[in-house]
Amino acid sequence: MAGKSRKGGSSLWPMKASHALLMQGVALLIGGLVIAWFAQNAASNLARRSMQLDFGFLGSPAGFSMPFQILSFGPTDTYFMALVTAFANTLLVSAMGVVTSTVVGLGLGVMRLSQNWLLSTVSGAIVELVRNTPQLLQIVFWYVGVLQVLPQARQSLSFGDVAFLNIRGLFLPAPIGGSWSSLLLITFFLSLALAPLARRYLPLHPRRSSLLWLVPPVLLIALAFSLKGWSLPALKGFNFAGGMVLPPELVALWAGLSLYTAAFVAEIVRASVEAIGKGQVEAANSLGLSSWLTLRLVVLPQALRLMIPQLTNQYLNLIKSSSLGAAIAYPEIVQIFAGTVLNQSGRAIEVMVIVMGVFLIINLAASAALAQLNERVALKER
Amino acid sequence: MTKARRTLLKTLALFAGSVLVSASAMAQSIPAPGPTVEAIKKRGELNCGVDAGIPGFAFQDASGVWKGFDVDYCKALAAAVLGDPAKVKYVGTTAKVRFTVLQSGEIDVLVRDSTLTFARDIDLGLTEVAVNFYAGQGFMVRKSLGVNSAAELNGATMCMLTGATLELNIADFARSKGTTINSLLFEKSEEAFAAAESGRCDGYSDDTGSLAAARSTMKVPDDWVILPDVISKEPLGLHTRDGDYRWSDIVFWVDAGLKTAEEFGITKENVDEKKSSSDPFVRRLLGLEGDFGKKLGLDNEAFYRAIKSVGNYGQIYDAYFGPKALGLPRGINNLWNQGGLHYPLPFR
Repeated sequence: MAGKSRKGGSSLWPMKASHALLMQGVALLIGGLVIAWFAQNAASNLARRSMQLDFGFLGSPAGFSMPFQILSFGPTDTYFMALVTAFANTLLVSAMGVVTSTVVGLGLGVMRLSQNWLLSTVSGAIVELVRNTPQLLQIVFWYVGVLQVLPQARQSLSFGDVAFLNIRGLFLPAPIGGSWSSLLLITFFLSLALAPLARRYLPLHPRRSSLLWLVPPVLLIALAFSLKGWSLPALKGFNFAGGMVLPPELVALWAGLSLYTAAFVAEIVRASVEAIGKGQVEAANSLGLSSWLTLRLVVLPQALRLMIPQLTNQYLNLIKSSSLGAAIAYPEIVQIFAGTVLNQSGRAIEVMVIVMGVFLIINLAASAALAQLNERVALKER
Repeated sequence: MTKARRTLLKTLALFAGSVLVSASAMAQSIPAPGPTVEAIKKRGELNCGVDAGIPGFAFQDASGVWKGFDVDYCKALAAAVLGDPAKVKYVGTTAKVRFTVLQSGEIDVLVRDSTLTFARDIDLGLTEVAVNFYAGQGFMVRKSLGVNSAAELNGATMCMLTGATLELNIADFARSKGTTINSLLFEKSEEAFAAAESGRCDGYSDDTGSLAAARSTMKVPDDWVILPDVISKEPLGLHTRDGDYRWSDIVFWVDAGLKTAEEFGITKENVDEKKSSSDPFVRRLLGLEGDFGKKLGLDNEAFYRAIKSVGNYGQIYDAYFGPKALGLPRGINNLWNQGGLHYPLPFR
């Protein structure tokens, strides 16, 4: 054993470089053969049942409607549009979850590190409770236990007669766009993204270029003036009509995903902060920095870099767990596509292939983006 | 690869075997029972796909024993083919996997409150053998809403289960009436009931058979009313795979046998006395005349055993949907001569 390890260096499983190459070749070959066998098996089984992979069903009309969507979708749209709409719903709840879980997780993590007994104990209790119970249970708890005690539609809580809260959701006034509104909205978001880039790359004086930050608010004011008016929610028949609604399914799923992931994020924050050398904190203290300033200026900037690879895992888990929304009637991709569409079209294999492909694409994209970020901010040791 | 080849060889051998058997059988005019029955007999049990759990159709009792309307059909088939109603392996299937499980050969027959449709027959390569329960999609709403018919549901939200065609039927119905009805889809009935109970939805929608079961599980069943409208046709029944017509014949005629038994007043209890009947239809059904069982590749006692083990169609219905069970009126599930739709083809 000792002789071998001298030749192969200090790797976990020491062997000669040429042997390693051979082993990898063999492993690759076996892997390839297994996959080929699976594919061949599936193909021959499909052929025997005179079934074939056919994605043509994506063009047929879906026929059903969705209770909540951010894109517009109706019964006469195609299965493909159903896929796109459900995909948008999945992305929406995932994006909301990633943002809140990060903020809440960072808060919980910092609280847990605090010298204050109450803060650290409360945070520790929340983290342990949330981390050690099943996520599906938590989502159902938010939906059935928390949100379903809200009042009935006809006894809604009213906020100045413009916003209403009841068991059907939070009803808010919705702006009615004028002819220029959508264009202005797009320009507004573009200006938010372009202002820092322009400041960085254009040869302007820093003080003068800071005026660029005036552009987004101006656009926002123009947007407000371009609106034709507001659509107010009003009780009509069974439910509120008009305005826009934040349904309880979305809120419950969002809360369930965010809190669960936040507990793990908190632990990552704590671990990363504790990984920063004790000497750094002592040095900061001896310079007379307060504990808050030490955290903000010395510890967190270094700890945040350490967190990124682990956070990536949590974000990817959150995206995948958004499919648990199927349990509480949130119309995301698993419920709509792997549920309704699969059942109506009967194309089980095709549908599952598509759903897996979609999740793979989202997760690979998120993972690639975070890897890029990590490369940029990781400590460069020279 | 070897597996595929082995299966191919097996199929060839079976084919050769069946040619030989049918050649020899021709002389005695008894056809081969077909590969599915061969496989069932060799295995010693019938693989029967049922619902994973729904009151009335298929459910497990406290000790894990399968019971239900569809389960009794499995028993009748096992009694006819294997001579013992207990020789069944029940495979609980969800709405998502039911047809794939049948296509892949994991089960021999699917008796799972599943609607017979064109797409399932043609696109999925299945055979729609027989209807054992005529259902339709209906609505259950709170009495306090004061709604009397489905046409008044404009703007309402309905809770329901995913995995069927419920949301499609509702969208079709709403479009035809120029109204909108929102559908909230749940994976499991517990959450769907909880949402309906709490007022998240104005009501609950499902097949008429299941609605009666759903109403019985509400906190105060009397607060809920099942609307008289039926917005879709849901002929629930028996599915087999394409490719073994003989097995489909057997399943079809066992269903016809159970209904014919009710037509001629043959019950689980009196089936032995009925053997002395002089009615030719009764005598043919019980295998005393005409070799009907043998012509299917079984034996002449096949239908007798099916009836003896589970009773006639009406007895099975009453056991799970009758006044002492879920209390669902027979309505169109009566025999044709009682104002219903079940009209078994004659045994002659």
